[in-house]
Amino acid sequence: MSATARAIESGDAGLLPSRRDEDWRWSDLRGLIRAVPAPSPEDLAPLAASPFGNLAEAEMAIVNGRGPAGLTLAAGERRVVALRFVAGAGAGSHVARLAIDLGEGADLVLLETYEGGGQDYLADADLTVSLAAGARLERIVLADDSAAGVSVSRADISLAAGARLAQTVLTTGARRQRLETRVSHPGHGADVRLDGVYLLTARRHADITTIVTHEGVDGTTDQLTKGVADDQARGVFQGRIVVSPGADRTEARMGHHALILSDRAEIDGKPELEIYADDVSCAHGNTVGALDDEALFYARQRGIPETEARAMLMAAFLGEVIDRIAHEGAREIAQAWVASRLEARV
Amino acid sequence: MLSIKNLSVSVESKAILSGLSLEVPAGEVHAIMGPNGAGKSTLSYTLAGKPGYEVTGGSATLDGVDLLSLDPSARAAQGVFLSFQYPLEIPGVPAITFLRTAMNAQRKARGETDISAPDFLRLVRAKAAALKMDFDMLKRALNVGFSGGEKKRMEILQMSVLSPRLAILDETDSGLDIDALRIVSEGVNALRASDRSMLVITHYQRLLDYIRPDRVHVLSAGRIVASGGPELALELEAEGYDKYVRAAA
Ligand SMILES: Nc1ncnc2c1ncn2[C@@H]1O[C@H](COP(=O)(O)OP(=O)(O)OP(=O)(O)O)[C@@H](O)[C@H]1O
Ligand SMILES: [Mg+2]
Repeated sequence: MSATARAIESGDAGLLPSRRDEDWRWSDLRGLIRAVPAPSPEDLAPLAASPFGNLAEAEMAIVNGRGPAGLTLAAGERRVVALRFVAGAGAGSHVARLAIDLGEGADLVLLETYEGGGQDYLADADLTVSLAAGARLERIVLADDSAAGVSVSRADISLAAGARLAQTVLTTGARRQRLETRVSHPGHGADVRLDGVYLLTARRHADITTIVTHEGVDGTTDQLTKGVADDQARGVFQGRIVVSPGADRTEARMGHHALILSDRAEIDGKPELEIYADDVSCAHGNTVGALDDEALFYARQRGIPETEARAMLMAAFLGEVIDRIAHEGAREIAQAWVASRLEARV
Repeated sequence: MLSIKNLSVSVESKAILSGLSLEVPAGEVHAIMGPNGAGKSTLSYTLAGKPGYEVTGGSATLDGVDLLSLDPSARAAQGVFLSFQYPLEIPGVPAITFLRTAMNAQRKARGETDISAPDFLRLVRAKAAALKMDFDMLKRALNVGFSGGEKKRMEILQMSVLSPRLAILDETDSGLDIDALRIVSEGVNALRASDRSMLVITHYQRLLDYIRPDRVHVLSAGRIVASGGPELALELEAEGYDKYVRAAA
């Protein structure tokens, strides 16, 4: 259970993660929240349509921490499910817990959203996901928290032999927001893609943290996170790949690339590879730069107004991540989601 | 007509152009030659509105419209096109998408409606074929991984599609092989029109054998120091810039 969940459930703000915790030094909650807000009330009002529209064949909504507690796919079953974490009316603080189990060879496309409305809240979502041998999960997350909200999401995902996980998290941040994914590959031959996009303006903050532990042989992890931070926003990427003793022939790649658009914005990137096995191929890259002024002028010279040219260059920069989404409908929605936020910011 | 009067420009507070005057009537092609560092690219960037090129005096108008007060994209919509000496790479944006975005942005600025997708494709296919360009190249990210010559050809393709009132070609011939030089020159010649002015910056007489300029100007130390007919280019080829560099100093 996450420290945030414990703090909310006990009402003790002293239990919140703080900058003294090495993994939370760029996303301090303890210093931000003096007292845990009152528990969120039940909210039974009907929800607006899912940001994923009607791509999903089933929808699970968890509003103010209340809703279904699990999802199970039988062996060989294939489903597309929308999972919505909603901060509803009167939201104060709440914890949502969910267990997802995929049987052997099952295939799930999980269309997950965080929907904050305009509110001020402290929300925690804890997901425990297990993939049996040969199962596949593609998880696409659109996080639309409110500027005043504080939101923590943590997914613990374990992969049996030959299981495949592909994940893309897209976020516009929150007052403070952490989207954490922990993956363990105890099975051999597991295959993971963990991607992220953050698009931050004003004083928003987003922290994408991933920890992947390879325990079986012949595993693959491929990570690409890209972000844009403007105004006084702050983007954090922490990626750790641990290749445990015996996890030989692991292949791991991790990239984090960000554009910083204002003097007062901040990007913190920390890619880490810890390798204790043999015959491992690992690479990582971490870059922070500005939008290319020369390319921007070139586009303007061709007649594209500056704001549009900027949005075009940023969309192209982030597009590399979105293009990796395998589910076509979700990829299109992710593209449109990013485009509309780029247009809104200019 | 392009009319430049007494134009002075500084870059990082260093004066590069000092009192440059030049007129290119509609329907004419003028060549600009001059030693490295004379200010030829500075002139083209200034006309296109590149940030950092500070106009400290003079004026530049196209058909009476003051270019210098306009944003770069508004100048493009007025018909200014610059074929870059070093075309930029635009990762992640297919050339065809870029070109359509540019065309529609210009049309919008002029109060016209978007070109339809089929009309646009037809136009681009025809222009690409005339320049002997493989259409598949347009599906790749603009200029990314293109050879130097391919980038130049892509500039001319964009120019042909956008059909500008004023075309400035900054060393479009550099980096082209012999066949490409001929094809690109034919592309430029095809664009000669009674309502279009062209400014061709080059170091080589060879280009001017294909594109017969109406006038040739020598730019040295930030201004036009000599002008003449096509024979001036031949004289420069034979004698070099020596006498003009000294004259300007
Ligand atoms: N950003 C800059 N800062 C300082 N000086 C600059 C800058 N850009 C250009 N210059 C200087 O301005 C002068 C003119 O440069 P410009 O590129 O216009 O020359 P050019 O005539 O196009 O030369 P070439 O034939 O080599 O292309 C050069 O001395 C150059 O060093
Ligand atoms: Mg030059």
